[in-house]
Amino acid sequence: MSATSPINVPVRDPYAKPGALTPPDAMPIVRLENVEKFFGSNHVLRGLTLEVYPRETICVIGRSGSGKSTLLRCTNLLEEPTVGSVEVDGLRIVADPLHARDRAHRERIRQIRQRAQMVFQEFNLFPHMTVIDNLIEGPVRVKGLSRDEAIATAEKYLDKVGLRDKRDEYPARLSGGQKQRVAIARALAMEPKVLLFDEPTSALDPTLVGEVIMVMEELAHEGSTMIVVTHEMQFAREAADRVYFIEEGTFIEVGPPEQVLDKPQDERTRRFLRRLLSPGVAVPR
Amino acid sequence: MSLSGPQQVAITESLRIKSPDVIVAEVRAARARESRRFRLVFGLTWVVVIGLLVGSLAAAGKVDVTFLAMWGPYIVGGIPITIVVSIFSIGLAVMFAVLGALGRLSVRAPIYAVATLYVSLVRGTPLIVQILFIYLALPQIIPASAGIPVIVLAIFALAFNYGAYMTEIFRAGIQAIPRSQIEAAGALGMTDSQTMRRVVLPQAIRIVIPAIGNEFIAMIKDSALVSIITVQELLWRAQRVGQSNFRSLETLLLAALVYWVMTIAFSVVQDRLEKRMAESDRRI
Repeated sequence: MSATSPINVPVRDPYAKPGALTPPDAMPIVRLENVEKFFGSNHVLRGLTLEVYPRETICVIGRSGSGKSTLLRCTNLLEEPTVGSVEVDGLRIVADPLHARDRAHRERIRQIRQRAQMVFQEFNLFPHMTVIDNLIEGPVRVKGLSRDEAIATAEKYLDKVGLRDKRDEYPARLSGGQKQRVAIARALAMEPKVLLFDEPTSALDPTLVGEVIMVMEELAHEGSTMIVVTHEMQFAREAADRVYFIEEGTFIEVGPPEQVLDKPQDERTRRFLRRLLSPGVAVPR
Repeated sequence: MSLSGPQQVAITESLRIKSPDVIVAEVRAARARESRRFRLVFGLTWVVVIGLLVGSLAAAGKVDVTFLAMWGPYIVGGIPITIVVSIFSIGLAVMFAVLGALGRLSVRAPIYAVATLYVSLVRGTPLIVQILFIYLALPQIIPASAGIPVIVLAIFALAFNYGAYMTEIFRAGIQAIPRSQIEAAGALGMTDSQTMRRVVLPQAIRIVIPAIGNEFIAMIKDSALVSIITVQELLWRAQRVGQSNFRSLETLLLAALVYWVMTIAFSVVQDRLEKRMAESDRRI
């Protein structure tokens, strides 16, 4: 596999402190160290360090193009970081873009992905499978569960998102909000260590946002570990232990929501929040 | 709609204009009449033109009907063989095409090279040469192949050829699956081959089914080519009867008619199938 990390001393997230729900002396579940990402010569992430403890909810906010989705996609290695390391549940991968196709490397990525399940902006349900088949696909094919076990688990999570009655429907027959709740249930059915949400309500009709947010808040309050990229400030306020404001691939401001959202210290954060709260009003950049 | 009851009636009568509902109904009726007339003229034209062709041949006394009545059943008896050859060939061709498409999309150079060579070689040479090669030249290389029934050789030759053309169809079908589907499967932790088998191919096949139908109809006609390696299908029988009796006009006319009817019949079947699939897509 890869050579040793160029960074031998672990970089700590200076802002990470275990949230209220985190048990004492727990280790972080997700640890990004100095992650950088280039797309060609476009420097999208410029050295991000982030730690997430068990049962914490982290919100990442920022303008589109600021790198927040890329950060999330680096966490489950849908994007291979150019520099830095990613650790999920004790499985560590040091960026090694030159050997990205190594068998051992890819196997480790698969292990990480099972533990860090993603919910996509566009749901990405499998259109040729019913809801229940969408939910058991991962547990059966990836985790090797028997069909019956997988169905039992899947039904439990369908109950949780309130869609047990849609069990045998095809995704096309569901509303956007229902699709996203099924997608959340599909992620939960893998029983991951951390859930990654990539702007989960941005593709939804405004009237359908609420039902998805409700499910997410419930998960947060029950102690799921979550990293949420979102524009829903109400959710961040309600559920986040820490809010990270990102701009041009760097964390500009980090802290509890009441600080970052209500008393932002940095001018860039203030400007972003003003634009978000009063869309349509021209705010000089 | 607008006013109701007595008011509406009063205005309509006083101004002697039609109510909108009446106008809508009249326009609809006129459209229906027009389309009925179009279909009627279309059908009549076909009947007249075909009637003229058949009639002039019959009037000239060139078509020997009693000869056809005697040998027709033997020639038509080739239909099952034509259909069997076409069905098995298209089935095998689909397998070649899936493998070819996966090869053409592979990032491994040798696999990509073999798949590309296959497509290039087959598409760059005439089908009839390929058929003759497998029948005549192959036994020189592999003597054992002389013992293989010609119908098997014929099916293999047609499938090998169509597989190369259909490789591109399948490649396009696979590439039509959005990247987000592949990412969703990857995010669950599925391996590349699981993603291909469980997520990409099932969706790609739905996309290419209409195209496979077209290929099948083309295959019915191209299956006539295997008559040259003595597969006793429709054309072979027509040729054999026609040439030995100097009555090729009758036998070839009959063969052509049968091919025509078969392609029309399968087009209708395909239409139905596509409509039903469109309906189930609404479900999906």
